[in-house]
Amino acid sequence: MSVADITLASQPEVKGRSLWADARHRFLRNKAAVSSLVIFCIIVIACFGAPYFGLRAPDDINWELESWGPPNLELGYWLGTDGNNRDLFVRLLYGGQVSLLVGFTATMVSLVIGVIWGATAGFLGGRVDGFMMRIVDILYSIPFIFFVIMLTVVFGRHITLIYIAIGAVSWLDMARIVRGQTISIRRREFIEAAEASGVSRWRIITRHIIPNCLGPVVVYVTLTVPNVILIESFISFLGMGVQEPDSSWGTLVSEAAVVMEIAPWAIIGTGSMLAITLLSLNFIGDGLRDALDPRDR
Amino acid sequence: MSPAPLLSVQDLKVHFDVTRKRLFGGTPAIVKAVDGVTFDLKPGETLGLVGESGCGKSTLGRAVLRLLPATAGRVVWLGEDLHSLDHAEMQQKRRDMQIIFQDPLASLNPRMTVGQIIAEPLSVFNPDLSGTEVKNRVRQMMAKVGLLPNQINRYPHEFSGGQAQRIGIARAMINNPRMIVCDEPVSALDVSIQAQIVNLLMDLQHEMGMSLIFISHNLSVVRHISHRVMVLYLGKVMEIADRDSIYANPLHPYTQALNSAVPIPDPDLERQKDRIVLKGDLPSPLNPPSGCPFRTRCPRATEICAQIMPDLLPAGPTHHVACHHAGPRER
Amino acid sequence: MPAILDVRNLNTTFSTPEGTVRAVNDVSFAIEPGETLGIVGESGSGKSQIFMSVMGLLAKNGRAEGSVRFKGKEILNLPVEELNTIRGVKMSMIFQDPMTSLNPYLTVRRQMTEVLEVHRGMSEQVALKTAIDLLDIVQIPEAKRRVHMYPHEFSGGMRQRVMIAMALLCEPELLIADEPTTALDVTVQAQILDLLGKLKRETGMAIALITHDLGVIARLADRVMVMYAGEIMERADVRPLFKSPQHPYTQGLLRSMPRLDEHRINRLQTIGGQPPNLQHLPEGCRFRDRCPYAFDRCAIEKPLLRQVADGRVKTCHLESL
Repeated sequence: MSVADITLASQPEVKGRSLWADARHRFLRNKAAVSSLVIFCIIVIACFGAPYFGLRAPDDINWELESWGPPNLELGYWLGTDGNNRDLFVRLLYGGQVSLLVGFTATMVSLVIGVIWGATAGFLGGRVDGFMMRIVDILYSIPFIFFVIMLTVVFGRHITLIYIAIGAVSWLDMARIVRGQTISIRRREFIEAAEASGVSRWRIITRHIIPNCLGPVVVYVTLTVPNVILIESFISFLGMGVQEPDSSWGTLVSEAAVVMEIAPWAIIGTGSMLAITLLSLNFIGDGLRDALDPRDR
Repeated sequence: MSPAPLLSVQDLKVHFDVTRKRLFGGTPAIVKAVDGVTFDLKPGETLGLVGESGCGKSTLGRAVLRLLPATAGRVVWLGEDLHSLDHAEMQQKRRDMQIIFQDPLASLNPRMTVGQIIAEPLSVFNPDLSGTEVKNRVRQMMAKVGLLPNQINRYPHEFSGGQAQRIGIARAMINNPRMIVCDEPVSALDVSIQAQIVNLLMDLQHEMGMSLIFISHNLSVVRHISHRVMVLYLGKVMEIADRDSIYANPLHPYTQALNSAVPIPDPDLERQKDRIVLKGDLPSPLNPPSGCPFRTRCPRATEICAQIMPDLLPAGPTHHVACHHAGPRER
Repeated sequence: MPAILDVRNLNTTFSTPEGTVRAVNDVSFAIEPGETLGIVGESGSGKSQIFMSVMGLLAKNGRAEGSVRFKGKEILNLPVEELNTIRGVKMSMIFQDPMTSLNPYLTVRRQMTEVLEVHRGMSEQVALKTAIDLLDIVQIPEAKRRVHMYPHEFSGGMRQRVMIAMALLCEPELLIADEPTTALDVTVQAQILDLLGKLKRETGMAIALITHDLGVIARLADRVMVMYAGEIMERADVRPLFKSPQHPYTQGLLRSMPRLDEHRINRLQTIGGQPPNLQHLPEGCRFRDRCPYAFDRCAIEKPLLRQVADGRVKTCHLESL
């Protein structure tokens, strides 16, 4: 080892500040986004932790109480009972599991398919791009609700169908976004630099293109989750989704809507839970967009 | 006998089809960005490529590296035509040829650290190298291009333009290539930083012996760094000569006009200088003039220029010029 | 006769999330009638921001303080309506990118005659004739036909000429040219520099020429102001400045440029370090950490702009170089 090498080795390394770290810093300064994130986390923990909090079971019927009874704080029925004398609040938490799971799973499906599909089409370009994006266009043109009705007619009502139906549709937007990003990044010089260095195509996609499209993708993901939850609620509201004894936010709102006049607390409770969740996810998405793309401010 | 060329470009053509696709027809449009360029590059030599926007100098640089497909002609690298190799064979050749870009920040992946950026070409060709060894080599290269090795974990946006260009140079040099295409490497930099980068490239060439193709619209910088200079206009070679001939004794009217148009930082010289001011703008590359492309702005143009594109003919031992009326400037 | 433009103690700051950036720091200068003042500097030197402040064109987070007098009248931070009676009328600005001041959706004719009708009260016929004459003056061939074209139908050099013609519509007394030739090819740059020189001689208007290219300055300027990190380093007549630069920064800039007229090619001399980062400026002299002559005093005491010879000021502790 030469003298120069020793002096080089002895200098402490300076830690860099990545664009992600910068974005995190900006996000944490956004009060609305951070409080939304906290609220959303509480909701998620409450829904998925419900079985461990010593609450009553969602199918526990209390014959002492009337159906669609008002909130009863002494007995711990915070939102009253549903039409079958069950604890509405507990059912809301368990229903949240289904809604949130649908939201996350469908979004993950759309993320994986959409990113790979979009990045490949955008990177390869030409005829491959044309072919792949025409498939997207064709899928786009299928009316979503007919698609769901067809599926339920053929396969019967099942929760998995909801996952498939929503997942199959929501990756289309993702693919379009990622393709657009990929095309603009592909023209950047650092991609050419990688090509000139003999880096393989696969590695260019995974190391150079995907990390640089992640900003808009992350934003879009946070906006897809509430969208999917809403779609699921809508399908369940129409009665084609989750079936008894399971529940989701959609079925609960749908049931509560029928008795709105005699039990307004039911629709207010279930409706606000849905609204708060969607609102906080949208705030998180906005905060992420500002954090990841500071030029827009 | 001069040494065998490292690179031999023969009648290279790069044409782009820019036809607007319409449902019915549409007028076909071809841009001949590079149209029949021939030159050799010797080991350790710097060839300057000068010309104005649209002259095809960047396209030529990329076609030489096969980053763009050639429409016709050959790019012979140590006896092998690069454009006839298959993809895998070409990837192997890339170890020995590299490129440096104009916009230093745009040429660095913003999500990767400096260490990862510089190491990438090294790991591609030496996948078995250990992490520590890669890191050592990267740190040595950083020191060599004038970066502090302890900055290895920083990200490109934390550096100024001049430092970012040093990162780009370190990435290009890490595999000790035999040729680097420098595409306007100092044009985006401040005046005081340009000199640093020019000196660095010249020092590295002196030490490592690679050849450079130095593309620039800045004639003063090209003169400073190049051994030979090639002047392009609308995809065609106007003149190619050793550095001293092309600046002291240019024979092509376009080279003469270019030389005289460069402002000199001396008020007395600059204001007394006898300049050739060309008429008009560059013609559109979509619809270039017939014959010699320069004839529409050329003070010496005659009838023959509109009909026949002059051949690139020898005018001296190291001097070639493509002009029907080639000759020294009349004062 | 009062100066056309008299700038005193101009301070321009930008508030950013990372803190306040001082882009222009206590800058004073004057432009006399008919003279061309060259303003040179690297990125971050504040050379453009001076004139963006003068024209009231600062970005939203920018603030300008001090005094700017146009022919004796204070114009800094005037309300827009009042400022508009001066800017674009008696004082015009041209930019590196012509498309910043040309509307892509209107023909050149519409854009030119509108200004003439509003500001000079011309009838449409007279306005059109004046517009065509102006395009002739800036050497646009077939001006009569081309006046009806849209900006995108012109080539880069032609667009620059159209923008210059637009700036001349109201016969301004001061033309501010911000890097007018930087985006152009050398042969076209030579044409535009010739045109600016001709306009200067024939109209007698004052020009503020902002550029990073000392060659362009050498061609056109009467006096030169060298900017670094928001401050004036040196100001002098053009010939003495190039012949014997008195500030280490000016000297460094001149020496680091390769020149086409030198006979022997020597290694370029460089200014070490990086261009100024306005958020991490050194104490004392701002150029100190890149200056080959820096000594103890430079770190402790900030040099002030002082007169060193007739018509020559500099910001440096050294008496001479």
